[in-house]
Amino acid sequence: MNPFSSGTRLRDMIRAIRACKTAAEERAVVRKECAAIRAAINENDQDYRHRNLAKLMFIHMLGYPTHFGQMECLKLIASTGFPEKRIGYLGLMLLLDERQEVLMLVTNSLKQDLNHSNQYIVGLALCALGNISSAEMARDLAPDVERLLQFRDPNIRKKAALCSIRIIKKVPDLAENFMNPASSLLKEKHHGVLITGVQLCTDLCKVSSEALEYFRENCIEGLVKTLRDIANSPYSPEYDIAGITDPFLHIRLLKLLRILGQGDADASDCMTDILAQVASRTESNKNAGNAILYECVETIMSIEDNGGLRVLAINILGRFLSNRDNNIRYVGLNMLMKAIMVDAKAVQRHRATILECVKDSDASIQKRALELVYLLVNESNVKPLTKELIEYLEVSDQEFKGDITAKICSLVEKFSPAKIWYIDQMLKVLSEAGNFVKDEVWHALIIVISNASDLHGYTVRALYRVLQASTEQESLVRVAVWCVGEYGDMLVNNVGMLDIEEPITVTESDAVDAMEVAIKCQRLGLTTKAMALIALFKLSSRFPSCSERIKDIIVQNKRSLVLELQQRSIEISCILQKHQNIRSALVERMPILDEKTFSGRKAGSLPTAVSTSSIIPCNLPNGIGKPAAAPIGDLLDLSSDDAPPAPVSSGGDFLQDLLGVDLSPASAPSGTSQSPKTGTDVLLDLLSIGTSPSVQSSSSAIDILSSSHDNKAPVANLNGLASHSSLSANATSPASSAGMMDLLDGTGAITQKHEENGPAYPSLVAYESSTLRMTFNFSRQPGNLQTTFIQATFTNLSPNVYNDFLFQAAVPKFLQLHLDPASSNTLPASGNGSITQCLKVTNTQHGKKSLVMRIRIAYKTNDKDALEEGQINNFPRDL
Amino acid sequence: METHGCVVFFFFFSRPCVRERRIHFVLLISRQGKVRLTKWYSTYSKKERSKVLRELSGVILTRGPRLCNFVEWRGLKVVYKRYASLYFCMCIDPDGNELEILEIIHHYVEVLDRYFGSVCELDLIYNFHKAYYILDEILISGELQESSKRTVVRSVAAQDSLVEAAKEQTGSTISNIIAHAAK
Repeated sequence: MNPFSSGTRLRDMIRAIRACKTAAEERAVVRKECAAIRAAINENDQDYRHRNLAKLMFIHMLGYPTHFGQMECLKLIASTGFPEKRIGYLGLMLLLDERQEVLMLVTNSLKQDLNHSNQYIVGLALCALGNISSAEMARDLAPDVERLLQFRDPNIRKKAALCSIRIIKKVPDLAENFMNPASSLLKEKHHGVLITGVQLCTDLCKVSSEALEYFRENCIEGLVKTLRDIANSPYSPEYDIAGITDPFLHIRLLKLLRILGQGDADASDCMTDILAQVASRTESNKNAGNAILYECVETIMSIEDNGGLRVLAINILGRFLSNRDNNIRYVGLNMLMKAIMVDAKAVQRHRATILECVKDSDASIQKRALELVYLLVNESNVKPLTKELIEYLEVSDQEFKGDITAKICSLVEKFSPAKIWYIDQMLKVLSEAGNFVKDEVWHALIIVISNASDLHGYTVRALYRVLQASTEQESLVRVAVWCVGEYGDMLVNNVGMLDIEEPITVTESDAVDAMEVAIKCQRLGLTTKAMALIALFKLSSRFPSCSERIKDIIVQNKRSLVLELQQRSIEISCILQKHQNIRSALVERMPILDEKTFSGRKAGSLPTAVSTSSIIPCNLPNGIGKPAAAPIGDLLDLSSDDAPPAPVSSGGDFLQDLLGVDLSPASAPSGTSQSPKTGTDVLLDLLSIGTSPSVQSSSSAIDILSSSHDNKAPVANLNGLASHSSLSANATSPASSAGMMDLLDGTGAITQKHEENGPAYPSLVAYESSTLRMTFNFSRQPGNLQTTFIQATFTNLSPNVYNDFLFQAAVPKFLQLHLDPASSNTLPASGNGSITQCLKVTNTQHGKKSLVMRIRIAYKTNDKDALEEGQINNFPRDL
Repeated sequence: METHGCVVFFFFFSRPCVRERRIHFVLLISRQGKVRLTKWYSTYSKKERSKVLRELSGVILTRGPRLCNFVEWRGLKVVYKRYASLYFCMCIDPDGNELEILEIIHHYVEVLDRYFGSVCELDLIYNFHKAYYILDEILISGELQESSKRTVVRSVAAQDSLVEAAKEQTGSTISNIIAHAAK
């Protein structure tokens, strides 16, 4: 071999790469080097193999592919010299990981090197094995490593100890082989061996209860003595850090004692003295000392109860919190979070300090402190703590506002002592950070307001006041707009004044002004504007003096470029002009919203997801299921009214108008009129006017309902309609914002079912475990029998939030599957919301084979990964 | 019912990595975002590795100077400390002892300093393999191996001298070859 053929030296290559001005230049240099190295590999050049590998490692670090060098590592490891082996093992650890098959090829070399006469070569092999061993290698080489635990040189013993940790983690069955040699390591004087030996024992205890018992019986006293010796040891320069001898050893000993003391009163007893000594005598002015205190507190908290020690520990944490070093404060908060499980009262004493930390300038600390405060809140302190948090909300950073708002809302909802307090706090949050508030939160607020009938006047006036001050926070505007629409008369007439209120004079036109602002403001979104339109509609009957002005405002929106607004204003102005007689009945105040129904429906679940228990369809003489739940019927005040038939049927007309329906047979078959048709069904249903002559043209729809009544579909179907009708009903009020925005979509979806003139498919609980439920709702496009649209709805049945939620599905070959992105990847706990995801399945063998699907759902809960799998075979047969 | 057809799962994300080490990885990143050393003790695929590097250098390099040295990241904790132009980062489980990791980082830096004699970034660039050798004497499998700086430096130096000795031998063989070629 020509020694001059292998290109540049390592140093020159690094220099050349560093001299590159642009990424392209760098790529060129790397490409040239890689080409030279490949050529050398092909020539099987031996003299420069280690230099080439070193170069490859550098190139690898820059992020370029270097897989072609993997075999070179093996060759170098297999060679005889120490320098080759050294670089070979380094390359092995750097360029490969345990998942690569190539690794198996190295087992033999490793075995030889573990038995090598040169102890440094043994050390290299142990290091490599410890860093990248796979389970198979661990099994093959465990006996050699075990033997090396007794090697004469301590440097090999410590490496063997750490290597053993990897082995028992990969193959826990091997743990018992290591118990004896590990316990003899605890008697060593060499710190390296002692540290690694203690660590090995700790890990043995984690994988084997037998080992735990063994060490408890045989080693506690020795460990306590070792800890005492090291804690009392005089200055030793070799291990000294900030005046403490070997804090690393301290920490490891404390950790092992923790595991041994946990759940064993006798063992805990043995160590209390030394723990007390470490806790009280360790210097806390340097990081090393605090690291030991940290570990000591953790051990005190974990071992069996000893009141005196715990007080000491919590006091240490209290000192941590007032430390000026951010790091110490951060770990203090972290530890208090764990301590709260053990002794909540003691942690409560530090509440003031913790609250200060919420205002820290460091985001990591803020976040921790906020979480801790959240845990500290209970019924007795919710008021002062919420006050503090809300005050802080006003001055906090923008990035932090989202977090803090979510926490406040959740606290207020959970611990609210009174409705008026809840409403007050929510108004404060909304006016401070309404833009960070999630939809569910302000929806829930509306429900609460609706249920607090004695506070309607108070609330609407308070909202009006803040609305006058600012329209910047959109969700505040929405709630205000809704309340003004509902309770506008109370606003103007000061109805239901509370003693604490200051009187306010609002004229009818002031209230209309406020709504007009909301409609015209550029900044506000579609939902808000649509809500404002409805509010105006409601006010038109409450404030007769302003009705002309309201009409004008609404008419202006007839030309809106936004379809939703245009449609609403056309519909509303139609009602105002043509149907004065029923208007007042239509815009009646919303009935009290049912909190349970809402909580089941919030977070965008489908109409059909409304459980059968809350709305029970009952049969009326005309064969149409009618929802029994009050809100929908009450909304139009017809169920209890003995209203004359004429308004009712003209109500039918108006409702057709409202939905823009043209019921003439000519247009009925066209695709676009289908959706209103369904809407009419719903309204027919709603108004119980199935027999009215004016609705003859939609009788086919009724037929569908009655005919399908005998097969299995109707329950879901009627449910679908029932809840759907509640959506349409709600369209006259913004209570259900989902309804607002989804009105058209929702109708469309249901239309699809009807258009086939076949049975609609019931929703299917496709998968259910103790922690998770998945419901499928099916729909189809007309004329395409092969394709089914499935909307999957996931509900969390556990009390923990799921993060990184990921749904995967697989189908056999005759099916084609398309997955849309999920609505979210976070699934709130305890069914407080859901994730929806749409699937499109095309069955190429429709009619011959049914759908079948395998599913896999992965998520994180409590920082642990969870995976659920299942197969769905119970799809409706004709899909 | 046909269930035996080819059932293919669509994986949209790589499988979450198994967490089993105390220190999951060690990174050295320069202030300009250049990677100077990476050591992975937990299993990360190539893709995951570059993602980790990208994400973390984004998070850590942009943090202000007076903030705490811990970053919560993907359910784990990254302890970092800046020495001159280099950030030393170690990733641990969320319940690990962050203060101790700071000590381990400092321990490593002190050993580097003793070995190189007031170490600077350039030392770690041109002698990156030495930085790895030293790290391998301090950590194995993400666990601390040695708390004595002197022992670490001695052990690395002893291995260096083995390499030197071998080099002298090969050096003489190469000069023999050259001598041969010149004849």
